[in-house]
Amino acid sequence: MAERFLVEAVNDALHVEMERDADVLLLGEDVGRAGGVFRATAGLRDRFGADRCVDTPLAEAGILGSAVGLCMAGFRPVCEMQYDAFSYPCLDQLITHVGRYRWRTGGTMTFPLTIRMPYGGGVRAPELHDDSPETYYVHTPGVKVAIPSTPADAKGLLAAAIRDPDPVVVLEPKLVYRTERGEVPDGEHVVPLGKARLAREGGDLTIVAYGAMVPVAERAADALASKADIEVLDIRSLKPLDEEALLASASKTGRVVLVQEAARTCGYAAELAAILAEKAILDLRGPVLRVTGYDVPYPYWSIEDAYMPSAARVVDAARRLLAF
Amino acid sequence: MASTIPAERGLRRVIGDDASIPDGEVDGLDDEGLLELYRSLVLLRTYDERSVIYHRQGRIGTYAIYWGHEAMQAGSFHALADDDWIFPSYRESAIGLLRGMPPATILSWWRGHPAGWWNPADYNVASICVPIATHVPHAAGLAWGKRLRGEDACAIAYFGDGATSEGAFHEGANFAAVMRAPAILFCSNNGWAISTPVSAQTRAQTLADKAIGYGIPSARVDGGDVLAVYEATRAAVARARAGEGPTFIEAVTYRAAPHATADDPSAYIDPERVEEARANECLGRYERYLRRHGLLDAELEQQLKAEAADVMRAGIAAAEAEPKPDLGLLFEHALVDPPASFQTDLAELRRILG
Ligand SMILES: Cc1ncc(C[n+]2csc(CCOP(=O)(O)OP(=O)(O)O)c2C)c(N)n1
Ligand SMILES: [Mg+2]
Repeated sequence: MAERFLVEAVNDALHVEMERDADVLLLGEDVGRAGGVFRATAGLRDRFGADRCVDTPLAEAGILGSAVGLCMAGFRPVCEMQYDAFSYPCLDQLITHVGRYRWRTGGTMTFPLTIRMPYGGGVRAPELHDDSPETYYVHTPGVKVAIPSTPADAKGLLAAAIRDPDPVVVLEPKLVYRTERGEVPDGEHVVPLGKARLAREGGDLTIVAYGAMVPVAERAADALASKADIEVLDIRSLKPLDEEALLASASKTGRVVLVQEAARTCGYAAELAAILAEKAILDLRGPVLRVTGYDVPYPYWSIEDAYMPSAARVVDAARRLLAF
Repeated sequence: MASTIPAERGLRRVIGDDASIPDGEVDGLDDEGLLELYRSLVLLRTYDERSVIYHRQGRIGTYAIYWGHEAMQAGSFHALADDDWIFPSYRESAIGLLRGMPPATILSWWRGHPAGWWNPADYNVASICVPIATHVPHAAGLAWGKRLRGEDACAIAYFGDGATSEGAFHEGANFAAVMRAPAILFCSNNGWAISTPVSAQTRAQTLADKAIGYGIPSARVDGGDVLAVYEATRAAVARARAGEGPTFIEAVTYRAAPHATADDPSAYIDPERVEEARANECLGRYERYLRRHGLLDAELEQQLKAEAADVMRAGIAAAEAEPKPDLGLLFEHALVDPPASFQTDLAELRRILG
């Protein structure tokens, strides 16, 4: 075990998985010489060479499209998108090919590729360095999606993604890249996809969150501690979803607040709310409430704190729900 | 139609070297024009150097430094008419200054303040484009639209060497060519896309070679030679106005500053090339040219630099005097017809934040 920052845990996972499997290739803009603009890939080019840690041309559709071909050649490419919003050029490849190719081959060919990217706001950056694009990925059939909130999960989920036979997108909360610090198992460490993490046990109300919203949920739980016993469920694997954990917590507390940083409409929380409506409605004592970003472009950073779901907004929603 | 094959291999130059290479001639600029160009270079340089300091002082956020790129920006700008549209990337964030945009507006953009918004039609300067190359089709479309309307204006899009790898660049270039759009595709080739050198970006011998496939004629110029940039852009504008369609300009320089304030280039850049680029930087080269031709003396130089410094002092003061934006701004401007939920959201946010 070692104490690591979240971004260091990502780096550790890449070292371990590239060591373990010579077919793992890393592709991306500035991942080699510079070691990534967040230094997530630092040291990999020196360790594994420029053929396995590749500074690609500046073209996200090219990165992901060629990863499809590399899969056909037997490799397991790990594609870095430099930032959330700069992944959008790759969506064409993602939707038209990555999510469909296995299906199109009648299940005879697998596409074990990983896409990883820093995502999310709060970092005081110029426009389009702040998006939370998970819904675009989750909404694409044939693609799995994970979002860690702790260093250990950042390592374990990325390892699971790399080993998974299907395409997996891992979004890394850049806001907490160098603030979330924690014990990370040395060597091989895999956190299976499809399992949520109970970040805090409680009996009165469940806050469901993922990524950078987990620490926000925990702060809200702290703030409410004198009034209510709050459970925090870190979803961490958005697809496949750990429905069992979601429903178990909902039936235990009967009250659910969903937190997501992305814009509200058709966001991931809407999916969770629909599942709760379908399968937990009789366990619930009040409405499922959402605390989300707003349906507007992510604002310029001098007012981004008002856009980002805050502990105060989560507390407010929880208080309203506790009244039921 | 101008031949597109082959692209030039050498770089066009006008400014000599003080020694064996004599200064060339340049059409279209009288003495006053030459000094206007100098004023623009000084203003851009001052803005950039002050911005790096403001960043260190925490007065602006992350900033994309353009030190050494001023000749590409000012040289091309001065070949345009006021009706021509400019599509800047983050690297040309301050080019609006040359169209009279207040420095406070651009500083506000880098301060993450909505006072950094502007109406493109007020200056014929589009918004700063952050996603690489995605504005190239916009410039093609604007220029195409101007042709359809029978207007004389053209459009210039600025982008980097790395941008020529993106699909959006290729699609935009092809549209510009097919639609005979009066567009100038201005590639500021500074040798690097963050840490990726041009040699890892393409196997083409020159970036201008890429224009050949689209039937677009090109010019290659020394990006540190403001007069060569001016001349090449002037010819491109003339082609555009004559209905001959787009031109690709590859202006070559070496990035002598970090990619942005957040970047540490020591891991990848060649310090000797940086030294060389700094010694041969575009403002000094043009000052020496003007002195050789008796157009600039120490007094005028000091006066123009002091004026630019005053403009920046007033600019940052005005940007910092902007009141903190009201929360209501979050919900404004995204739609002409906002949904009712925006009101509810805002009311709730105000209640919670007190
Ligand atoms: C679509 C997209 N991908 C990635 C980025 C991140 N990024 C910002 S600048 C840059 C390098 C651009 O290099 P170049 O086109 O040469 O322009 P320069 O910065 O040198 O002016 C990259 C990769 C981005 N802004 N947009
Ligand atoms: Mg460049």
